[in-house]
Amino acid sequence: MGETAHEIALTVNGVVRRTRVPGRRLLSDCLRHDLGLTGTHVGCEHGVCGCCTVLMDGEPVRSCLMFAVTADGHEITTVEGLADGARMSPVQRAFAECHGLQCGFCTPGFLCTVTALLRENPAPTAEEVLEGVSGNLCRCTGYQNIVKAVHRAAEIMAEERVEEA
Amino acid sequence: MTTRLFGEAVQRREDPRLLTGQGRYLDDLGAGALAAAFVRSPHAHAAVRDVDVSDALDVDGLVAIYTWEDLPERLAQPLPLLIPHPALTHGRTARPLARDRVRHVGEPVVMVVARDRYLAEDACALIRVDYEPLPAVVGAEEAVRGERLVHDDVPGNVGAHLVQSVPSAGGRGAAEEIAAAPHRLEFRLDIERSASMPLEGRGVYARWDADDASLRVYSSTQTSTSVRMALAAKLGLPLPKVEVIAPDVGGGFGVKIMHPWPEEVLVPWAAMLLGHEVKWTEDRREHFTASAHERAQVHSVRVGFDDDGRVLGLDVTILHDHGAYTPYGIIVPIITSTQLPGPYRLGAYRVEFSSVYTNTVQVTPYRGAGRPQAVFCMERTMDRIAAHLGLDRTAVRAANLIQPDEFPYDQGLTFQDGRPLIYDSGDYPESLRLLKELIGWDSFAAEQERAAAGGRRLGIGIGCYVEGTGVGPYEGGHVQITSDGRVHVSTGLTSQGQGHETAFAQIAATELGVPLERVSVVTGDTRRFGYAVGTFASRAAVMSGNAIALACRKVREKALRIAADALEADPGDLEITDGLVHVAGVPGASVPLATVAVLANPLRYAFDDEAARATQFAGASPPDRPPVAEGEEPGLEGRGYYSPIRSTFASGMHAAIVETDPLTAEIRILRYAVVHDCGNLVNPMIVEGQIHGGVAQGVGGALYERMVYDEHGQLLNASFMDFLMPYATEVPHVETAHLQTPSPLNPLGIKGAGEAGVIPVSAVIASAVEDAEGIPITKMPISPSELFDLRRAAGDPRAS
Ligand code: FES
Ligand code: FES
Repeated sequence: MGETAHEIALTVNGVVRRTRVPGRRLLSDCLRHDLGLTGTHVGCEHGVCGCCTVLMDGEPVRSCLMFAVTADGHEITTVEGLADGARMSPVQRAFAECHGLQCGFCTPGFLCTVTALLRENPAPTAEEVLEGVSGNLCRCTGYQNIVKAVHRAAEIMAEERVEEA
Repeated sequence: MTTRLFGEAVQRREDPRLLTGQGRYLDDLGAGALAAAFVRSPHAHAAVRDVDVSDALDVDGLVAIYTWEDLPERLAQPLPLLIPHPALTHGRTARPLARDRVRHVGEPVVMVVARDRYLAEDACALIRVDYEPLPAVVGAEEAVRGERLVHDDVPGNVGAHLVQSVPSAGGRGAAEEIAAAPHRLEFRLDIERSASMPLEGRGVYARWDADDASLRVYSSTQTSTSVRMALAAKLGLPLPKVEVIAPDVGGGFGVKIMHPWPEEVLVPWAAMLLGHEVKWTEDRREHFTASAHERAQVHSVRVGFDDDGRVLGLDVTILHDHGAYTPYGIIVPIITSTQLPGPYRLGAYRVEFSSVYTNTVQVTPYRGAGRPQAVFCMERTMDRIAAHLGLDRTAVRAANLIQPDEFPYDQGLTFQDGRPLIYDSGDYPESLRLLKELIGWDSFAAEQERAAAGGRRLGIGIGCYVEGTGVGPYEGGHVQITSDGRVHVSTGLTSQGQGHETAFAQIAATELGVPLERVSVVTGDTRRFGYAVGTFASRAAVMSGNAIALACRKVREKALRIAADALEADPGDLEITDGLVHVAGVPGASVPLATVAVLANPLRYAFDDEAARATQFAGASPPDRPPVAEGEEPGLEGRGYYSPIRSTFASGMHAAIVETDPLTAEIRILRYAVVHDCGNLVNPMIVEGQIHGGVAQGVGGALYERMVYDEHGQLLNASFMDFLMPYATEVPHVETAHLQTPSPLNPLGIKGAGEAGVIPVSAVIASAVEDAEGIPITKMPISPSELFDLRRAAGDPRAS
């Protein structure tokens, strides 16, 4: 009962990765177990918790709801790809500063979601922030500091834009 | 200069790793491991007649299939009953794989090992188990009728029965006091099942080293030391040949203190047998049906009180549903029974519980561990009394509070640690004052009236609790300063997001006078520290925090002794600042701790320039004394243990303002206020985070989360789609105020904080909804449709 393997090529965090996967292999499993990028977490495998959120062509997707073969030819960003070398991204720094994580299991999903959110909307209102993170579950923080971190990240990004200009 | 790091909101040291995807959780390990999967019972109660694996044998990548018959003697036996108690007369535990009977949906029957998880599940799907379904017992009230039995040899399904009574000052029992009281009330209160539900499920990964005959196991557990001992016993291995490590753990909240799980013994056993690494990662459905739940209890309350609302006698009978097995004993109902009096001085108190078996997932502690139920009981009682007498709810509480000059206060009960329940310190009246101020209690009535005039329904609620934290028996800490000046701290208990690497480093840095960056902390790794109990009962900061402080004090004393020799000074005149030992007030004469570490270990061989200073011809020690003096040990390191005489009691009070929709009965929390007293704070940012998270779980338990079993024992909502955990949109902003009443019981004066946030939330929300609606709220959680039904029953014209 051998399974047919499909050759796929994904651009993950800027690097082209080729691998062979059975048709049923989830993108989350492919990233974690075939490509060794274990920063993407799996909390439910049915699309509700958001732990497995990665960016596909810049948009947040739930990698547990997608087959790896579907991602063939696409660009994927995982939590491992958010930092600029050794320097954490503004979103990552804001989460540390605001104590936006405890066990850290939900965190990669939040970071990817928030990164996309702030790219689309660099100065979100309180309501937009709440709305923006309301598809991800966290069992530890009660969200208060996550919400604070999103506002702080927007602030850091604005400051850095001013510095660059 | 070294700042005093203890008490500062220092940023967490675990964060950079966790924020960049470099955390290592259980399923991130063991890339080459074989995968285990389990065939689990689809029936709540059935006899297992036969297991036919023949169809599964052709699955490509299949490695092994195991049933109960394959298990060696020790593994074939029921798993340990972890906390025996004389009242638990009929304790029962499951076998790792079912022998001839399954007692809940999800109970493991067959283990499959294959090249990867997909293939292992393919094989599971092809295994045919022949079950003879038996009638299921669902719900404590059905269980206690005893018409059907969960275990044939447990009559009436009663596993345990316990009564505790505390007479009044006049020597009368609760029944007598209630009978003689000017006012009496009697009512019933219910709480439904919920669960810890960490976002990372359980998991085990085992490596057997055949050459070394040693086993290394990684488990997503709250107690690696105890898993290690259980494994050595179950697998017949010498303890030193077994090591257990809790890697990064994605939340625990109680469920991961249970051990050893069936999977936790079976996976290492398979790894030994197969001579290959084996891993099992729990999926969400398994977590719902095969780990543990909590909370479900029915309480019958009788109370007698005077005109001021002072409780003269309280009698509570509890029916506790402990599911199919009792591996963790009866800790949950014991905690409910003993924490029920809360911050109050009760006249006479009697509490009785029966713990009964049902064909549902077993019950073990979930954050709060029986306290949310206890507080729901006591606080609903306070509200009832206030309503009966027409008094303000906070006035009734104030009339009953234990006063600051009454500590230590003996409640006359035996706590979960088997020791007397004596409150060590607290200031409850001040807590109440702070809370009323924070939420604006006294001005709320006017606000409520204004809202009512505009057609809106608002209500305010309150809930108070006392929480025994830092239970024994002990924890330990090891501190080593190496010759590079680094400080290595380890403790045996585990971490699941509480920021121990930071908080314990703050304690060590403060005690030793070294910069925080030089301290590293390891938890939950038996290779580093083998003696520990585990992380539960809000005990980590109290227990390991103090043990580490004591270890640091030993090391500091030794460092000062050695440095005094080197500096030709009196140890009493020395202090350590920024990693330098120096004469107080004389900054010039100093020796770095790194050098002291070198001098602490007399050497024969020089491996670098620093080490050369400690070699035998360098004159490091006087020739007329042994290089290692009697009673001394080489190295600048020390171990400390903290073993408290009894628990320390934290406390707090919460209040909330809710709005209920007059048409849809939707319940919204508009404000949520917390006053919290956990003694001295190690890191206020972390404590605050613990409170936020606890409140969020409490809100889940009050408004959304429940385990819905049908009459056949099928769990109907075993997914995140149907078990509703709050998202950011459901959790209110939490306003906090801290009170710091140090514990006199431990050197650092701290009390536990981990569970506090969750404890009173159901009581608070019930109180607030009742205030908004004018309908007694006796069951939690409460959904909009249930509130709607209550309105209808109460004749609300809009609910028809
Ligand atoms: S793991 Fe993908 S949404 Fe939960
Ligand atoms: S930090 Fe633990 S689940 Fe969010």
